Amino acid sequence: MTREELQEIAENELEAREELDHLIFVCNAASCQSSQGLQLIESLKSGIEEKELGDTVEVKGAGCMGLCAAGPLVLIEPDGILYTQVKPEDAGEILNHLESEAVERLKTDLEMPFFGKQVKIVLENSGKIDPEKIEDYIAMEGYTALNRVITEMSPGEVIDVISDSGLRGRGGAGYPTGLKWSTVGIAEDVQKYVVCNADEGDPGAFMDRSVLESDPHRVLEGMAIAGYAVGADKGYIYVRAEYPLAIERLREAIKRARRLNLLGNNIFGSQFSFNLEIRLGAGAFVCGEETALLASIEGRQGRPRPRPPYPAEYGLWGHPTLINNVETFANVAPIIRNGAEWFASIGTENSKGTKVFAMAGSINNTGLIEVPMGITLRDIIYDLGGGLPEDLKFKAVQTGGPSGGCVPEEHLDMPVDYESLKEVGTMMGSGGMIVVDASSDMVSDVAKYFVEFCKSESCGKCVPCRVGTAQMYDLLDKISKDEATQRDLDLLVDLCDVVRNTSLCGLGQAAPQPVLSTLEYFKEDYDAHLQKATDKLTHAVQREE
Amino acid sequence: MQHVDVKQPEPPTDDNRWKLLQGKMRKLGIGRSSLIETLHNVQDIFGYLDESALKFVAGTLHVPLSRVYGVATFYHFFNLRPQGEHTCVVCTGTACHIKGVDKLIDQIGEVANVEPDETSPDGKVSLLTARCIGACGLAPAAVFDGEVVGKLDEETVTGKLKGWLDND
Repeated sequence: MTREELQEIAENELEAREELDHLIFVCNAASCQSSQGLQLIESLKSGIEEKELGDTVEVKGAGCMGLCAAGPLVLIEPDGILYTQVKPEDAGEILNHLESEAVERLKTDLEMPFFGKQVKIVLENSGKIDPEKIEDYIAMEGYTALNRVITEMSPGEVIDVISDSGLRGRGGAGYPTGLKWSTVGIAEDVQKYVVCNADEGDPGAFMDRSVLESDPHRVLEGMAIAGYAVGADKGYIYVRAEYPLAIERLREAIKRARRLNLLGNNIFGSQFSFNLEIRLGAGAFVCGEETALLASIEGRQGRPRPRPPYPAEYGLWGHPTLINNVETFANVAPIIRNGAEWFASIGTENSKGTKVFAMAGSINNTGLIEVPMGITLRDIIYDLGGGLPEDLKFKAVQTGGPSGGCVPEEHLDMPVDYESLKEVGTMMGSGGMIVVDASSDMVSDVAKYFVEFCKSESCGKCVPCRVGTAQMYDLLDKISKDEATQRDLDLLVDLCDVVRNTSLCGLGQAAPQPVLSTLEYFKEDYDAHLQKATDKLTHAVQREE
Repeated sequence: MQHVDVKQPEPPTDDNRWKLLQGKMRKLGIGRSSLIETLHNVQDIFGYLDESALKFVAGTLHVPLSRVYGVATFYHFFNLRPQGEHTCVVCTGTACHIKGVDKLIDQIGEVANVEPDETSPDGKVSLLTARCIGACGLAPAAVFDGEVVGKLDEETVTGKLKGWLDND
């Protein structure tokens, strides 16, 4: 494969598209598949056959278009019409209206804030290409960044671009990506590895899944570029077994990329080789923790080990290993294509670029969005998210999953970036956002829920996490059942402190966060339970007398 | 990490599926780092991991049985018991939790006579829970025999289960 050949594939694909009058994209990601998306594709295809439109209209299964709550979604190009909640029986009507006015009852306003306020980098191709066709990705300038780094740049230059862009890890903690790359880059070893953490275990988060299902080649390209930059010839994608469609598409993508020599040996005829393999997770949240993930790739129980040494120096089988999250890798190719300055011009001072969030819970537009860093939570929830359903009142938004916390109404105007979120007691996390309405009790619905999660997902290696989360859970259970006293609550706070400061890895260190943040902002929910317990006791004493 | 010179154990029975497994194991490479992938393969082929399979995997990969058992029980995804004819995996992720999935689990249990993480006595339905299936936009959601169904309510759940129970 040469640059010219790559260009030829792109041109052929674009020409083929131009010859068509209409291109119909139907969302074919897991969420829309579950609402008859596949049947819809079939009925559109048979409609085209019946009406003999085969030469002028084509249907493509595409990736996620974001508005999951209103699926399945259909995008008609070049007119740019988006239909929502389309049923297989609507196919005929859609085809009949291709040359005339759009079908009004299915049409969605693309000017609405949900679409208008998004800035798409990671999701730029999502919904506009067929994830199972490598030609579609190449037509969108896919693999040109890989070509450029291999043929024009030195590994050091690639790392400089990534550093200058200000990209930070999208897995949650926000470590500077360029710094991580350069640490692995300067490590001396003949064997180095690149690992993609696609073990999206946070309940409430599905952006990695969406990227893998909608645009898998983007992740492969990002990993290959990373491999070139740090001097690794081998990579692993560690992906959850719970995501069968993502796995299937990744497998297909790797196969096709290998066939075109965009992965494999001597890529673009250079000395650089990069081979990729998939490793399946097996349902252990702790494997999102990098050292546990490495243990799992090595075929062991996924238990973390103390750091340092960090994987950048001592990773897979003891070799220097670069681990980044799916979304981080997905940002790499666009940064190389458009330059560090372009990326750095989006976002805030210390948090550059965009972030993909998954909106769920008590909110009208559940689904996936990509917004520039620095946007306020209020904009996300009320503009893009369309607010809460009519009869519900906002109480909090939970971000960062089991490691995060809740943000109350008073902080909604704060900009969304790594530091600001930390300041109010939560974190970016992988990007799950769950809106909680006033009918929820923060003790049992949030704090107890997440502590139960951490308790059962604790790997059991270190005592503070294994025993501490169990004790925390028991105390929360007691509080939620109106059986606790102030002493129990004080004990809980002390315990949070111990678990946070003495646990071995992030799972235990962050487990108290949902408790502490609900205690800070929703103390009245705890007090109500304590009060009820006192009342119960008083009644019991009175009855005895 | 190839142990080609070491004698490989014979499959426990003459079931042809063991041959299929052996083929897959050769492709993965014989070594301890293939353990988790191998267990995935066993589960794909046989539906669950029984004692004979664990012993066979341990013998072939030259990994102590204790370690194979340790890995098989550490990860939630592996089943050590056979599953029912149908499986229903209910998502208990945050979004589903907030939208009241607990009630649906109770309801499924009642209709199909099954406890969470168990198989009904007649072997028809296994009810499992998952931490998050990533379909949060459609909460509450569950996977019925591999098919993701979102925006679940009591009616859909009963419909699905009745379909299973009546048809067989």
